Amino acid sequence: MAGFVATDRLQSWGRVTRPRQNVASPHFADELPALVAGAGDELLGVGLMRSYGDSNLNPDGSVIRMTGLDRIHHFDPASRVLRADAGLSLDSLIRTVLPHGLFPPVVPGTRFVTLGGAVGNDIHGKNHHRFGTFGNHVRRLSLMRSDGRTIELGPDDETGLFAATIGGLGLTGLIEWVEIDLRAIPGAMIDSETIPFGSLEEFFALADESIATHEHTVSWIDCTRIDGTKMRGLFMRGNSAADPDRAPHAARPRRSVPIDLPRFALNQLTLSLFNEAYYRFGRLRAGRSKVHYAPFFFPLDGIMHWNRLYGRDGMFQYQCVVPPDVSLDATAELLKIIAASGEGSLLAVLKTFGNHASPGLLSFPREGTTLALDFRNRGAQTLELLARLDAVVLEAGGRLYPAKDGRMSARMFQSGYPRLEAFTAHVDPHFSSAFWRRVAP
Amino acid sequence: MTDRKPLRVLILGATSAIAEATARLYAAEGASIALAARDGTRLAAIAADLTARGASAVPVLARDLAAMDGLEAAFDAIVAELGGIDHVLLFYGVLGEQKDAERDLAAARAILDVDFTSAALWSLAAAKRLEAQGSGALVVVGSVAGDRGRQSNYVYGAAKAGLATLVQGIAHRFALTGRKGLHAVVVKPGFVDTPMTDGLKKGGPLWASPDQVAAVIRKAAAGSGPIVYAPWFWRFILLIIRLVPAPIFHKTKL
Repeated sequence: MAGFVATDRLQSWGRVTRPRQNVASPHFADELPALVAGAGDELLGVGLMRSYGDSNLNPDGSVIRMTGLDRIHHFDPASRVLRADAGLSLDSLIRTVLPHGLFPPVVPGTRFVTLGGAVGNDIHGKNHHRFGTFGNHVRRLSLMRSDGRTIELGPDDETGLFAATIGGLGLTGLIEWVEIDLRAIPGAMIDSETIPFGSLEEFFALADESIATHEHTVSWIDCTRIDGTKMRGLFMRGNSAADPDRAPHAARPRRSVPIDLPRFALNQLTLSLFNEAYYRFGRLRAGRSKVHYAPFFFPLDGIMHWNRLYGRDGMFQYQCVVPPDVSLDATAELLKIIAASGEGSLLAVLKTFGNHASPGLLSFPREGTTLALDFRNRGAQTLELLARLDAVVLEAGGRLYPAKDGRMSARMFQSGYPRLEAFTAHVDPHFSSAFWRRVAP
Repeated sequence: MTDRKPLRVLILGATSAIAEATARLYAAEGASIALAARDGTRLAAIAADLTARGASAVPVLARDLAAMDGLEAAFDAIVAELGGIDHVLLFYGVLGEQKDAERDLAAARAILDVDFTSAALWSLAAAKRLEAQGSGALVVVGSVAGDRGRQSNYVYGAAKAGLATLVQGIAHRFALTGRKGLHAVVVKPGFVDTPMTDGLKKGGPLWASPDQVAAVIRKAAAGSGPIVYAPWFWRFILLIIRLVPAPIFHKTKL
């Protein structure tokens, strides 16, 4: 059995920092109590390390990597309930349940996340306006606290610990297992439609009209060519196809980025060319088509290590949400600042959230419009740009997604999460992260 | 899933990471999988998981596999519980501490008993059964450490070398029966990222995941030559290592 080993090999998806951490990789549940007890003052459970910033890092502290604990405890296709270790990936889960005509009700943009991570970040997907967040579908979970207690929790919990754990960034204890409701679907295929648009107004009109007719909606925009509210984008929407094909995705992606791209590879010109090509390619294929769920939900999972495109300095991801009444103005302002900076993103994503109440005290989704982009890490220059974006989000009464963040200020965080005080009361005194040490009240 | 009868598989050393990854491949095919290892609680967790992933039945045998008394009776009993046998896969082993084995003969014997003597007896029990029925596969996980005696782990290496030679002999014996569906193979993984190797510095192109090695093992069980390296490139690395003349090899710390 392995205990904690000091290493700097575990990085978050953005790869901006490479901290030294004491990492344990247990494979059986009976190893956990001793690891939690022996972890010292600062412990954090982590999964597949797809959070971008520092919410999944614990420099100089202890980290339990849960991916070796990936067993399904119980799966009943008839009642559509599945309970599994927190380290089970959605990748593996989907391959197991899809042949039974079932699917997770909510999936994020990558299937390489664990159940524990899906709970801890209360992830959302393209169907937020119909199905809310992942936490809306959690039936039970087991939480190990540093005082030696193991607590089973569900939506009926009255102490607030369940609501704190959903979206709680792993700070309320170690999530040991999770039980979720699955959802019946006809098959693996999606009836998808791509509609080019030319302005933010058009985007909002498409979003409004699609809420009632389409389960999944998401948009890509070309953030290198912005003129007021005029911009080029592709609105994608879809519904499960009435097609009995239940073939899951392939176990391993075929393509990979083998090495870090050099610094000069991503510049204004190549970003602009990429966005141009993406737009033209999308326009060519505009209209309706039937596609497999893998490229529809998880387009980037087809390329392993795609984060290496941003080079060895890594990247920052920025994802904010702004309330509906100011969505148009705030989004236009954000895009104006980004376009003027000349920094930009390969894939800028725009989406509206529905009015589902999120179940977690720190859940990110709220009604409004969310914008997500990545920026190559160019040091102070990038941080200044992000700070300018912060000012707009703050003014709009919006907030940032901790799973994507590695730099927001405590003030930015505290102003975005009104239930933070209630959350803080449930934080396990011996759990922490780099993110939490920066933003905690 | 097809309408063929599910495969019946016995996995010896079922709590190892490579064994579990292999068992999941069989589970996805709908096989019946008997699991044998020492820790009953861990076996139960793995059995529940394999059932959820599609295995038809998952009987378990909680037993110290290095215990040689009553070994053949235990083999027969678990095969009876499985309702017959198609594939026997042997995964268990201990790396041990070479330095301890040099100082303390009891430590050396423990390594040899686990990695060679008991493993050889399970292999012979399986061979007897498979030959009698005229079909089936015996897959034994060896190690590239058995290909050349090296100062850093030659007790473990010798045990794995002996086991490989035994399985090679069984493969020869099976071949002489002329039965097409009867074969034995030793699979030799290189560096695999498992709890067994947690003491080593990992990463780089030579390291494989348990899933990658499991895919090689599953393929070998379906039919192959008597010796398979996992991944394949280790065959050439070991060829070179075997060919290095002793005067040069002895200057290294390998």
